Amino acid sequence: MAEHAVNFAAASKAALQDSQLRGNFRRAMDGLMSKRAVQFADAKEWHTMRALAASVRLRALAKLPELLEQLETNLTRNGIQVHWASTTAEANAITLAIMRKANATLAVKGKSMVTEEMHLNAFLEDHDIEVLESDLGEYIVQLDGTMPSHIIMPAIHLNTKQIAHLFKQKIKDAASTGEDAAALTDLARRILRQKFMNAGVGMSGVNAAVAETGTLCLIENEGNGRMCTTVPPVHIAFMGLEKVVEKLEDVPPIISLLPRSATGQPITTYVNMISSPRKEGEKDGPREIHVVILDNGRSSVYADPELRDTLRCIRCGACMNHCPVYTKVGGHAYEAPYPGPIGQILVPQMEGLAKRGEMPHACTMCNACVEICPVQIPIVEIMGRLRVEAVHPSASVKDSGARASKTEALVWKGWAAMNTSPLAYKIATTAMSAVGNAAPGSLPLLKEWTSVRSKPRFAPRTLHDLARKKGIPNV
Amino acid sequence: MDRPTPPTKPTKVYFFGTCLVDLFYPEAGMAGMELLQAQGLTVVFPQGQSCCGQPAYNSGYRADALKVARAQLDLFPGDLPIVVPSGSCAGMMKKHWPHLFHGEPDEAKALQVSARVWELTQFLVQVLDVKLTDKGEPLRVTWHASCHAQREMGVVDEPKALLRQLANVELVELTREKECCGFGGTFAVRHAEISAAMVGDKVADIESTGAKRVVSGDCGCLMNINGALEAGGKPVQGQHIAQFLKERTHG
Ligand code: SF4
Repeated sequence: MAEHAVNFAAASKAALQDSQLRGNFRRAMDGLMSKRAVQFADAKEWHTMRALAASVRLRALAKLPELLEQLETNLTRNGIQVHWASTTAEANAITLAIMRKANATLAVKGKSMVTEEMHLNAFLEDHDIEVLESDLGEYIVQLDGTMPSHIIMPAIHLNTKQIAHLFKQKIKDAASTGEDAAALTDLARRILRQKFMNAGVGMSGVNAAVAETGTLCLIENEGNGRMCTTVPPVHIAFMGLEKVVEKLEDVPPIISLLPRSATGQPITTYVNMISSPRKEGEKDGPREIHVVILDNGRSSVYADPELRDTLRCIRCGACMNHCPVYTKVGGHAYEAPYPGPIGQILVPQMEGLAKRGEMPHACTMCNACVEICPVQIPIVEIMGRLRVEAVHPSASVKDSGARASKTEALVWKGWAAMNTSPLAYKIATTAMSAVGNAAPGSLPLLKEWTSVRSKPRFAPRTLHDLARKKGIPNV
Repeated sequence: MDRPTPPTKPTKVYFFGTCLVDLFYPEAGMAGMELLQAQGLTVVFPQGQSCCGQPAYNSGYRADALKVARAQLDLFPGDLPIVVPSGSCAGMMKKHWPHLFHGEPDEAKALQVSARVWELTQFLVQVLDVKLTDKGEPLRVTWHASCHAQREMGVVDEPKALLRQLANVELVELTREKECCGFGGTFAVRHAEISAAMVGDKVADIESTGAKRVVSGDCGCLMNINGALEAGGKPVQGQHIAQFLKERTHG
């Protein structure tokens, strides 16, 4: 089935014209970048920490198949039920079946990007099940009927004033809260508290799953994650299959780097280590715990040794905060569950290059993300590789070659011919110097360039020419 | 960067001018060679040179990039350093050629050439340890750091150290020195609107320094920034650092 190509340029255009949005992102990202920088002021410590975190992730990926087996064994031994889903449709169906079996019509959910990948809320609502997002940012986005614009801070595109306005529109007793952030939070908390008590199922993501112990690790700041995973009688955790780590001691490097990179916090307020459902004689905890382990294209990412590095990601979102493109257009312009640099390398691999072939091009290759990624993912190299895949058919990536263009290929052939023969190069550059400036600004490419810039001017003489005239030796 | 400094100052170097300098900023290339000559070096400019291959490499046409990169290899025999007046092209040769030539029959040769590549300001500071005498009028400037110079070549302090040697030049740094100007090769035309927003922010940052000139070490950035400054009717001008240094030191 030919899927339509997502037009990033068009979506970003609208975002660029929204000065409120641009201001919100600029301020928020500037703040996040400086908070992160404070955490890593000691360059030596930063290098040591990220090398350690990267090695944890690399080791986990090197043994991925066996670690997943070990994880399943140990989770099962701990009384946690494991479900494998190769597609998002399968994952949704599994979730629905668990909910039906539990006779649940209301679920409360902590932050989970995998469920965004699945479009789980919409799916369950179609089956008359209410899902309430309990992370404050996710709650706001859900009220607004939009998508998260950042993987860590879903409502970062809105300021307090806009949130107050939204609450006033959507919540009955919001009139008195005004624009006070604490009062707004308090109101949301009161509403959510009630829902936690009534929900039949609690849902959450997973930051790391420990193979050797069968433990699910979940970090968060609001306590909603702990509520979702302890109050309702059934807990369903969702994870991508790459989230496994080998040992318990592999968790600290990740949970220490993740919040520092994401929000500049040394540690999150809550660190949940979930190792079993409620046991005989225990006073709290869910009766049942399920883990849905989703593939959704990850195993084919895994199969390519170069692209595999994509799976190191710990979803800290720092690459978004530091991306000059993301900072300008915001998260919604990507129209994808994962925006920004990580989204630009992950989503095309999940959804295919026919639909997402433009994503790897929405990048200046400035390497700002590579510089700060806590697990040293060569994001820009993968971006470059996907550009190759987009125009050359191969077996590595879904819909590779979908963007192949005979014209473009011909242009590069001509370019190569000119740049491999000194004679051709001389003739071509002499011609450009002589008449290049006469090219009308309305030509394709030049037209885009000159939208905000003057036309580049060819110099009357090339450097080759000047060097020869000045007697600079050739050998 | 993890590159051995030549034990003694070389007496001779190669100059790789880059295609952008060749066509649009040849004066910057000449100035770069003259700065090296002023240090007593013999500069060799192989006439057969063209391009490092980066445009095709970053556009997904690696076979074409490989052909072009390969055509440069025989022009730089021996073990002289190769000086490049661009962090971006130097980064391509230094960081991406090893990847591009991986598994190719001439991989060893490519690695040998790649290892000798220096960005101009890095070479002036780290190898030649130049001392500049300013002969110009008092002037306030700002510095635009190219992404590839910073993050691929590790060139951050060298150009600013050179500017600070100039007694009459006041260097005012940008608020967001590390942020990309929005050039990105084909990005500037493929995502023209985003690129425009990026260069718009850069221009605002430059203006707020009150500098008369913005100096940079990469002609891609300069073409972008200068184009936007000019189209916006701004009085500030961009200039390649080689040309700026030459102008200041030759009186
Ligand atoms: S790619 Fe790196 S910086 Fe981006 S979210 Fe993943 S771990 Fe964080």
